Amino acid sequence: MSRRAWRWLIPLSALPVLALLAYGFRVNPREIPSPLVGRPAPGFALTTFDGAPLTLEAQRGKVVVVNFWASWCYPACYEEAPVLERSWRAYRDRGVVVVGVDIQDKAEAAQKFIRDFGLSFPNAPDPTGKVSVDFGTYGVPETFFIDRRGRIRAKHVGALTDEVLRTRVEPLLGEPAG
Amino acid sequence: MRVRLAPVATLFLAVLLIGAARGAPAPARTVSEAEVHEIAGELRCVVCQNLSVADSPSEMARQMRAIVRERLEAGESPTEVVQYFVDRYGEWILLSPRRSGFTLLVWLAPLVAVALGLAIVGVLVWKWTRRPASTEAARRVDPAMRERIRRETEAEP
Amino acid sequence: MIPELGYGAAIVALVLALWGAVTAALGARTGRPALLLSAQHAALAVFVLVTACFALLTYAFLTFDFSVRYVATNTNLGTPFYYRITGVWGALEGSIILWTWMLGLYTLIVILRHREGARELYPWVLTVMLGVLAFFLLVITVAAPPFARQAPVPADGRGLNPLLEDTGMITHPVALYLGFTGLTVPFAFAMAALITGRVGDAWITLTRRWTIIAWYFLSLGLLIGGWWSYHVLGWGGYWAWDPVENAAFMPWLTATAFLHSVMIQERRRMLKLWNISLVILTFSLTLFGTFLTRSGVIASVHAFTQGTIGAFFLSFLALVLLTALGLLAVRWDALHAQGELDSIVSRESAFLLNNVLFVAATFTVFFGTVFPLLSEAARGVKVSVGAPFFNQVNVPLFLALIFLMGVGPLIAWRRASFDNLRRNFLWPVLVGVAAAAFFFSLGVRSAIAVLVLALTVFVASTITVDFARASRARVRLGEPLLPAMGGLLRRHNRRYGGFGVHLGILIIAVGVTGSQAWSVQTETTLRRGEYAELAGYRVRFEDLTASEESNHFKVAGAFTVSNGRGLGVLRPAKKFYPQETSPIAYVDYRLGLREDIYLVLGDFARDGSQATVKFQVNRLVSWIWIGGLVLTAGAVLAILPEKKKAA
Repeated sequence: MSRRAWRWLIPLSALPVLALLAYGFRVNPREIPSPLVGRPAPGFALTTFDGAPLTLEAQRGKVVVVNFWASWCYPACYEEAPVLERSWRAYRDRGVVVVGVDIQDKAEAAQKFIRDFGLSFPNAPDPTGKVSVDFGTYGVPETFFIDRRGRIRAKHVGALTDEVLRTRVEPLLGEPAG
Repeated sequence: MRVRLAPVATLFLAVLLIGAARGAPAPARTVSEAEVHEIAGELRCVVCQNLSVADSPSEMARQMRAIVRERLEAGESPTEVVQYFVDRYGEWILLSPRRSGFTLLVWLAPLVAVALGLAIVGVLVWKWTRRPASTEAARRVDPAMRERIRRETEAEP
Repeated sequence: MIPELGYGAAIVALVLALWGAVTAALGARTGRPALLLSAQHAALAVFVLVTACFALLTYAFLTFDFSVRYVATNTNLGTPFYYRITGVWGALEGSIILWTWMLGLYTLIVILRHREGARELYPWVLTVMLGVLAFFLLVITVAAPPFARQAPVPADGRGLNPLLEDTGMITHPVALYLGFTGLTVPFAFAMAALITGRVGDAWITLTRRWTIIAWYFLSLGLLIGGWWSYHVLGWGGYWAWDPVENAAFMPWLTATAFLHSVMIQERRRMLKLWNISLVILTFSLTLFGTFLTRSGVIASVHAFTQGTIGAFFLSFLALVLLTALGLLAVRWDALHAQGELDSIVSRESAFLLNNVLFVAATFTVFFGTVFPLLSEAARGVKVSVGAPFFNQVNVPLFLALIFLMGVGPLIAWRRASFDNLRRNFLWPVLVGVAAAAFFFSLGVRSAIAVLVLALTVFVASTITVDFARASRARVRLGEPLLPAMGGLLRRHNRRYGGFGVHLGILIIAVGVTGSQAWSVQTETTLRRGEYAELAGYRVRFEDLTASEESNHFKVAGAFTVSNGRGLGVLRPAKKFYPQETSPIAYVDYRLGLREDIYLVLGDFARDGSQATVKFQVNRLVSWIWIGGLVLTAGAVLAILPEKKKAA
């Protein structure tokens, strides 16, 4: 390259930076993938609002849907509560357990939420937040899909829909519990 | 058959000690607010934008601080506590990228920038302080004028 | 009706801006004054139309016209009157209107000020300013129309983001944007210089005052932003190295570098290439700033939204960068001149080093800000780069810059003789070292704190030495002291204005150091009548009161503060807004010269029997704001018109 041509490096040097910024349009900085997907789910031992013990161990062999929610989480948790209840009723005989974990909440508000939506699946409060941090939750609602062998297979952030639940749960049902 | 007491007792004691050594918790220690604050300061609050777990007023951050305290009190080292969070949230939760691997780049950037800048300026200064001989003649100015020029140039901004 | 008028005004303004840009360019090429006049009229019309847009949008806000989507999302029936006015620029679309209006205002002032002089450059300056105006008007009409209607018309609006209901909301964006848009003017002049080939010193002399004014408003905007963060956000800090904060800080860094290197070009006619590059870089960084804020590409607490608007800004940034740098390459030969330096120990070297440090800091901040993007692009792993990183890497650079602040103004041009060095620096160095020892003996153990304080004393001494010596010289000539000092300030206002600004920065540095090194905090739950103690202060929880405000529900805790004698009652609160899922903390504080008491209300029991409170004693934070005032005085002094000595 002649000496005169080197100067054109200056405008050209702007291109990589612009390209990097353009790349930014393809990714969402607020979507952080969970490092737990594919790994064994952290165990937990909670007590439901009804006083019954609730552990992950006890659900081994079934497909577990762990849903983190809160009564102040409006509108997302309010939208997905009926979805969860419907799925629970549809799938419970097929070896699926829906578990709700209530975080950063007050007992009366949470129980009112459960009553209002007629939730019949087990719901337990996580008063210290240890379970939510163990699962790496950022906020509510977040749902984890655990297979029969106890590994987290998927994480869904935001309100669930019947569609999402079906597409996540069906494949896991087909897998062996071995 | 008479049971020998000594061997049985020794065996019993051994079992007890082994069991104790395996199952005993690490010595609980008192953890100061400052220690918790320091570790919490390395972690990003996940529900806020750009605040550390130490600074955030949110409920989630409060719970995380409590977890940090609990783990420190249980005997975990600061590195282990931080790693616990990284295992669950990914590298993203660290407010300061690790000084190893790919992220070492961002730590080197300032050093490279300053080194490069100094190198360029150094080369330029070297080139510019080597004056060609022809201008030497122009610098012959009488001392009184030179002194006045010096005073003027030092007084103006 | 009103929204359609506003939209129409924007479209006409866009057409006129384009027309003006083209005619100004043609006027420059052909030299026909009629064309230039037409462009000037177009610019005036654009300003009037944008003002009309602004007024119409404000009117829609004031009359609760919820058929306009922007009004409905940013106000509701309970929003107080003044926030309905300031809320106009509280979100994306309105902020662009504010930006465009300021651009129009600056264009008008440029016309009034430069249409007589600067014959060669002026037409092209006008072209560039109108071109930039056209871009922002394009954004208003196409990408983010503020007058977009919505149907059905809601009965009530959503309401302003509660964090924006604050006096800082009135001033921070205004100051910041005046700074950003102001930087368009030096850029326009630089482009005019490149286009016409007149890359000498004319464009620098003409833009000096513009640069200081824009730089000042940018500084003010950053400081007010810090104040707003401090007294609203509830974390007790004023700067978080958030990507958008960085995006405002970077042009400030390069603009400061430019203000200094310009002096080398004025004196020694060197660094032409570098100065033009700095101006292009500064303007590009302001565009990058608006891009970051509005594209959502990097997560930030400030980011407005995601969408096509990001693509608009990136495209314009690309256009500006490639065109400007391309022109730079074309004019390379005229710009690239052999410099001349007499000695490494000289003011020129000090300024060069100053520039290296500022640009290195800019690069560091930039790299750290886009690094999350780079990490994801390169290896698919999301990382975050936060305050601890930026603090650590920037501190050494800023320390070196503080040192240079002391050395630069006093060291001689060309070649600093040993005599010159001794005369100017011996005493300040000794005082600085003594100060370091003094602070160490007082118990200051943080190395950085000792360094900052000692350097501050050093720099303050150099300023004192210079001012004292110059005053004494005048007094010796028969002038009484005070008029001598006043005369000095007026006659050499650039120099002493600069000193004033340096002093302001020093005070800010001390404030920052103090607050980082010596602030303490604690968080406790108190029952009624119980108290917490920290740093000699006692805070006692009295009770909670609930109240219904115009657009929110407020729960305030009453805390009596005392430190031996009563200091009054602080009432931090939680505000519950219907449109927000979680409550907004309302901080209460008591400011002091040495320390601030800062209370944030946390959880509380419904019956008011107990409350959690975060209690901070923040040291020396007020010095940051005081430094800002001193900086203002310095900047004002520097901008004053030069007083020519009588011949």
